[in-house]
Amino acid sequence: MRIKQLLIGMTASVIAVSSYVEMAIADLKFPMLVYRTGAYAPNGIPNADGFVDYYKMINARDGGIGGEKIFHPECETGYKTQVGVECYEKNKKDAMVFQPMSTGITYQLIPKATADGVTIYSTGYGRTSAANGKVFKWVFNAPVTYWDGASIAVRHILKQNLGNIKSKKIALVYHNSAYGKEPIRTLETLAKKHGYKLMLLPVDHPGQEQKATWLKIRKARPDYVLMWGWGVMNQVAIKSAASIKFPMENFIGIWWSGSENDVLPAGQGAHGYKSLTFNAPGTDYQVHKDIKKYVHDKGEASGDGSHFGTVLYNRGLFQAMVQVEAATVAQKIHGTSKITPAMYRDGFENVNLTAKRLEELGFKDFAPPFQISCENHGGSGLAAVQQWDAKAKKWNMITEYMYGDSDVVQKLIAEDSSKYAAEQKIAERCN
Amino acid sequence: MSVELLNFIETVLNGLMSGVMYSLVALGFVLIFKASGVFNFAQGVFALFAALTLVGYQTGQVPFAHLINELFGTNYHNWYASMPNFFAILLTMITMIALAWIIERLVLKHLVNQDPIILFMATIGLAFALEGVGDLMWGSDVKVLDVGIPSGGSIWLEEATIGLAAEGSDYYGMYVDVLNIWATVIAVILVVSLALFSQYTKTGRALRAVADDHQAALSVGISLRSIWILVWAISGFIAMVAGIMWGTESGVQFSLSLIALKALPVLILGGFTSIPGAIIGGLLIGVGEKLAEIYIGGYFETGALENWFAYVMALVFLLFRPQGLFGDKIIERV
Repeated sequence: MRIKQLLIGMTASVIAVSSYVEMAIADLKFPMLVYRTGAYAPNGIPNADGFVDYYKMINARDGGIGGEKIFHPECETGYKTQVGVECYEKNKKDAMVFQPMSTGITYQLIPKATADGVTIYSTGYGRTSAANGKVFKWVFNAPVTYWDGASIAVRHILKQNLGNIKSKKIALVYHNSAYGKEPIRTLETLAKKHGYKLMLLPVDHPGQEQKATWLKIRKARPDYVLMWGWGVMNQVAIKSAASIKFPMENFIGIWWSGSENDVLPAGQGAHGYKSLTFNAPGTDYQVHKDIKKYVHDKGEASGDGSHFGTVLYNRGLFQAMVQVEAATVAQKIHGTSKITPAMYRDGFENVNLTAKRLEELGFKDFAPPFQISCENHGGSGLAAVQQWDAKAKKWNMITEYMYGDSDVVQKLIAEDSSKYAAEQKIAERCN
Repeated sequence: MSVELLNFIETVLNGLMSGVMYSLVALGFVLIFKASGVFNFAQGVFALFAALTLVGYQTGQVPFAHLINELFGTNYHNWYASMPNFFAILLTMITMIALAWIIERLVLKHLVNQDPIILFMATIGLAFALEGVGDLMWGSDVKVLDVGIPSGGSIWLEEATIGLAAEGSDYYGMYVDVLNIWATVIAVILVVSLALFSQYTKTGRALRAVADDHQAALSVGISLRSIWILVWAISGFIAMVAGIMWGTESGVQFSLSLIALKALPVLILGGFTSIPGAIIGGLLIGVGEKLAEIYIGGYFETGALENWFAYVMALVFLLFRPQGLFGDKIIERV
């Protein structure tokens, strides 16, 4: 009797597993490298929820992309590079695109994905010089890069000082990792150009203890502090800055150091803190109405739905939207809904998110328009400055979207990417 | 006084204050190791769990809300708006005692007389399991912890020291975070209470007897199991204090469990069996790493000495005094 039951059970499991695999093969596979556990989970969860809710909404509202359902298996990385690489290896078969959600993982995946013919999309993070599509065929980092970010922050400081920052001192507090080190080169080049003094202050993972760093800042008294932080490092830095009474309006974080999670623990002390951003917070957009109608109201929200409209949730929506749009474009180019990973890449290279298209997708005024081309995988390079209002507990955009110093950034991108091309023996394309 | 000297004093003071925060975590390790010979790898997760639970009670969060809602299609998140700090702390203490009892029943009881390495492995498992349970119970969001302890730079100290610098020098006073001063006061109270408890109460003496010799303690009728529950409950309480202090500083989030890594060099330096060792070790590590970061860090291109320099100090101590500053000398009888 027991053997019979066991056999029935095993047969049922085999049927269930094979139908799942069959379904997965027929669908468009968008694997997700997430970190819903570990030290960086508070940032990883809202971002992953944004992705999942958007995919669910597209599947429910439109029946998928061109009739093909999105299949989005999750793989937990815990923000660990080695685990991220393992997740990639496990999920790369038939995958359209990988969003590594970590600069360290992105660096590791670039050569692998290039060899495997899989698209990597590192939205506003990863290797900055991947913006050069002539060298990095399979990697995209639109709409803006870290080097754009560094120069936009300096441009903002220049504007505040009527274009003269010769005597100023700018400190960079950064996560001591591939991610945190990314803007150093740009800031050093800009320091030579504008004459400011740059002070570099690394903070080791996870950044729970930063007393020495902020004592140094208190002694050196820089005029501005820029921050490339992630996770607890952001919260401790903002709290420490408030504690030493550093003027918060002169403290500017990159777009990964500007979520509600980062400022709330510091309470009123965080009032006035600034960060860059390439997407708006809030829920006043058509995409949110659609997600509410097709996902949340049906009890299908990813997680408990409490992150809806937060900075990182909205960034997840934006990232997922670009990935879905690339599939739509690929289907149009190749005249088939059943696209291959190579076709998908073609689609990515032809994404053109005009203001009109963003409105059609439910993202009107959510982010600035941008276009990707064979040469330019880095997008518009636009970002704005947002400022935290601790009383109202909300971020306010205080500038228009602005460009960085493209002369400096483009030169650095060309240098770095040609070095990479020489190392990897890659022939430039798009000629 | 010269500004350089004042800055040096400020660095030492801040190092001492940070050291107290490390000692708070190290104390929990020492207590359990002393009484049961177990190196409790889960001590950092204890602090995280206690802080998560405290915020959960303060804000009226329904434990396991996500799981309950997923299973039963309900939408419960909070069952009351807020709870006064006193009651929330009391409830957290009760929870930590219950946790100690559960650990004793489910894990320790079954591992009595096993090799220390087996018990150590069990605590590693416990750390991950407890982290997962904490996540399921209270969620992974960053939580704001406020039990009314003030934080921010001490204005009094700033004003009192501003005049110490030579006239005309560009100095605006010494900086110490008020939260760290509170942590110091609380740590002193904690250590004094522990000392009084172990010296002058019957249970305290039983605890010391178990720490000295398990077999001898058993032979005079001391229940090893109740002592273990007691010790784990006390270290749960210490973890709660550490969780409150660290959580107030950075918000309550899962990286809080990594504060255990800050306690390891403290233990190596101070010894695994000495309460004064945990305090002195913490202070030495705190001062050492701050001085290294500020005065030597600049010579290293990568900087960020603060984390690993503590381990260098601990290693040097290991070479000369393997038992730590105040640890019991290891004597192997043949």
